[in-house]
Amino acid sequence: MTGPVTSQDQSQGEFLRIEGLDVGYTTSAGQQQVLHGVDLSVGRGQTVAVVGASGSGKSTTAAAAIGLLAGNGRITGGRICVAGEDVTHALRGGDEARLRRLRGRQIGLVPQDPMSNLNPSARIGRQVAETLVVHGLAKGAAARERAVELLQEAGIPDAGRRAKQYPHEFSGGMRQRVLIAIALAAEPELLIADEPTSALDVTVQRQILDHLQELTRARGTSLLLITHDLGLASDRCDDVVVMSEGRVVERGPARRILATPEHDYTRALVAAAPSVAARTAPRTRPAVAAVAAGRRGEPPVLEVRDLVKEFRVRGQREKLRAVDGVSFTVPAGTTTAVVGESGSGKTTTARLVLGLEEATSGSVLVRGESLSSSGRARRRAVRRDMQPVFQDPYGSLDPTMTVEKLIDEPLRIFAVGDPRSRRTRVAELLDHVALSRTLAQRRPAELSGGQRQRVAIARALALDPKLVVCDEAVSALDVLVQQQVLQLLERLQEDLGLTYLFITHDLAVVRHLAHDVLVMRRGRVVEHGSVDDVFERPQHEYTVDLLSAIPGRAA
Amino acid sequence: MSRPVSPPATSTTPAVDPLPTDLGSSRGRVLRSLLHDRLGVIGGSLLLLVVAAALLAPWISPYPPTQVHFETPFQQPRTVGFPLGTDDLGRDILSRVLHGTRASLQVGLLAVLLSVVVGTPLGLLAGYWRWLDGIVSRLTDLVLAFPFLVLAVGLAAIRGASLSNAAIALGLAHVPQMIRVVRAETLRLEGAEFVLAARTMDASGARILATHVLPNAVPSIIVQATVIMPAVVIGEALLSFLGLGIQPPTPSLGIMLSDAQQYIFRAPYAALFPGLAIAVICLAFNLFGDALRDAIDPGGSR
Repeated sequence: MTGPVTSQDQSQGEFLRIEGLDVGYTTSAGQQQVLHGVDLSVGRGQTVAVVGASGSGKSTTAAAAIGLLAGNGRITGGRICVAGEDVTHALRGGDEARLRRLRGRQIGLVPQDPMSNLNPSARIGRQVAETLVVHGLAKGAAARERAVELLQEAGIPDAGRRAKQYPHEFSGGMRQRVLIAIALAAEPELLIADEPTSALDVTVQRQILDHLQELTRARGTSLLLITHDLGLASDRCDDVVVMSEGRVVERGPARRILATPEHDYTRALVAAAPSVAARTAPRTRPAVAAVAAGRRGEPPVLEVRDLVKEFRVRGQREKLRAVDGVSFTVPAGTTTAVVGESGSGKTTTARLVLGLEEATSGSVLVRGESLSSSGRARRRAVRRDMQPVFQDPYGSLDPTMTVEKLIDEPLRIFAVGDPRSRRTRVAELLDHVALSRTLAQRRPAELSGGQRQRVAIARALALDPKLVVCDEAVSALDVLVQQQVLQLLERLQEDLGLTYLFITHDLAVVRHLAHDVLVMRRGRVVEHGSVDDVFERPQHEYTVDLLSAIPGRAA
Repeated sequence: MSRPVSPPATSTTPAVDPLPTDLGSSRGRVLRSLLHDRLGVIGGSLLLLVVAAALLAPWISPYPPTQVHFETPFQQPRTVGFPLGTDDLGRDILSRVLHGTRASLQVGLLAVLLSVVVGTPLGLLAGYWRWLDGIVSRLTDLVLAFPFLVLAVGLAAIRGASLSNAAIALGLAHVPQMIRVVRAETLRLEGAEFVLAARTMDASGARILATHVLPNAVPSIIVQATVIMPAVVIGEALLSFLGLGIQPPTPSLGIMLSDAQQYIFRAPYAALFPGLAIAVICLAFNLFGDALRDAIDPGGSR
């Protein structure tokens, strides 16, 4: 606010310095303070991570530093210095020219979502060249040539040809490389990467981060990495800053934070980080053989035989085999995890099991019965035995219904009991999933993500199913909430003898919960075994690849 | 992870209601959001004004709308006794505008109701059952390809020109719009995870449409209704102007415009006030409809 910082030695070797930053949002409910006195500094050539759950203010901090706060957000206190110069005034929108120079030339941004941050109607090369032209670094043919070079450096093979293509011809990982090329085009001294790989598969995530680090190291660029993944942060950064509810709760060298966290919140975060726990925590679950032995003679709850699903792809004569001859069984009372990256066919498998898609061939038997077996009564019985919990707790609950109505719905459809007994059952189910009964008349919009997922679990349990199909059931939740929901699922399994089919892209959460693991790739099962075998003695090279891509090796 | 504190007695004794009862919906939020939108407040106020004028027209009009004053034709506005002046027959323009507004809203409400009642179920069916989609969509294409004036002329020829026939013609003409909106909403909601969840509970198609799709489509239907309303009001004025709608001497804004054009240079105000009334009605619905859409779906705009 008040001109350049005078004391030079204070900013020696330091590129970005944030002091006592306050940010507020103006909403219809009045002014809402989201950052409270955040201090942060990034040295030249240093890599710093900001870690926190959603809503902790980590992205807001990054947005404030580059003047990209949402329209109703405002810096209300503190200051931001870049290369020793106070730029708070410019960031507040007071100096448009200075802000333009700051963005791109001094600070570059790699945004989170590679799908929505490229213009779908412009060629890739032009979008990279545009940055150069805007900053007056090159023009015309020179800009086009430089753009191809930048794409090459960002790790895009055959960049000359690819530069003439459109975003829809690029995969998610390739688009993120394009965004990195754009961010680095004007050779900024600091790169802010806001969850740059959260939308990508783990193996792609590793390649992108490796490349990003190589590039920044070679150029001496500082890197401010915003992430929810403590394991990832500790792998790749010198310093870690932990944020919670708009405040910095702990900061320090990555190894120190992981080994001896001081703040309670950090301690909880370290304990919950699945990627870290997957490597450190000992197995507590009994082996599948032991569980199965206790139930000898019982048929498997789920039996999948030679399942095949083909889709017709528009404009192509060959059909796509999304699921290609998948067979497995899930014994009663156990958890089988199906792991794979996007496009591996794991979600299609789940939908086939749930009867939401028609299989091209093969069969799905739930306690020996098939959904496609004739007769409405038998089909209803199978439906009753099998309930889903979906990924998105925001999408899987009808927003117009109350919690009571939501949990009550399966009971009403199957005409279980009378209204009074159903209310008692709903109350019981809320207790099961550790939700207060006072929430019964709330609507989903008034609940947090974790609470919503508990409602979804309560609904799935309403009919006393034998099999619960969890399709990425914890992937959309913050680590701490994720851990709580996983513990809940584990407890419910022990109390109610449930069987789980657990679909996930995140190998790390599997170790907590699963007895058996099924690794899928391109519609086929490449590996199937007990959790210990898969984690410690992986047979297939793809499994090895997946395992080594789990962040948190520093632990 | 601790379990909630709840006396176990309540869950076992059926005499005590185990759960709190419904406390009401999110209406308060929508209202608050509307009051924060300046254009919404203006639109809402105009709408209240228009509706009040229409409802109270028989009581607040200085004269019966058809009463003729042969001794005082073509009075200028602000004449004593005739605040907006008189027309060629000496009829009070204020009284006629008030009654005309009443007629316009009557036609509007009837027509919108018709388009909702016919369009919503067809949209739901077309969106949910694909084999029906082709049939319904071709039918809507047919109606859209048919000029609505021809439809209105035909209807007037068969059943005679009247307020209700104008409303039917206008309502039918807007059914395709409603079908398309509801169909699009149904397609969107059909893929939602909560509908998938309902399918795994063995919920029937009818149940899914009635309990999950329709309640979630209501905001879009309301908003579409506020879009159709001004179009229908203008449509009514047009039909009456051409003599295909409300029949004289019953006052209608369209008839007033039609009459006024004969002496437009002598008494321009006779055309001005009904025209202004049409504009205000349309503006009120448009502004209020926009604000309502933002209020119902705050994520959609910002």
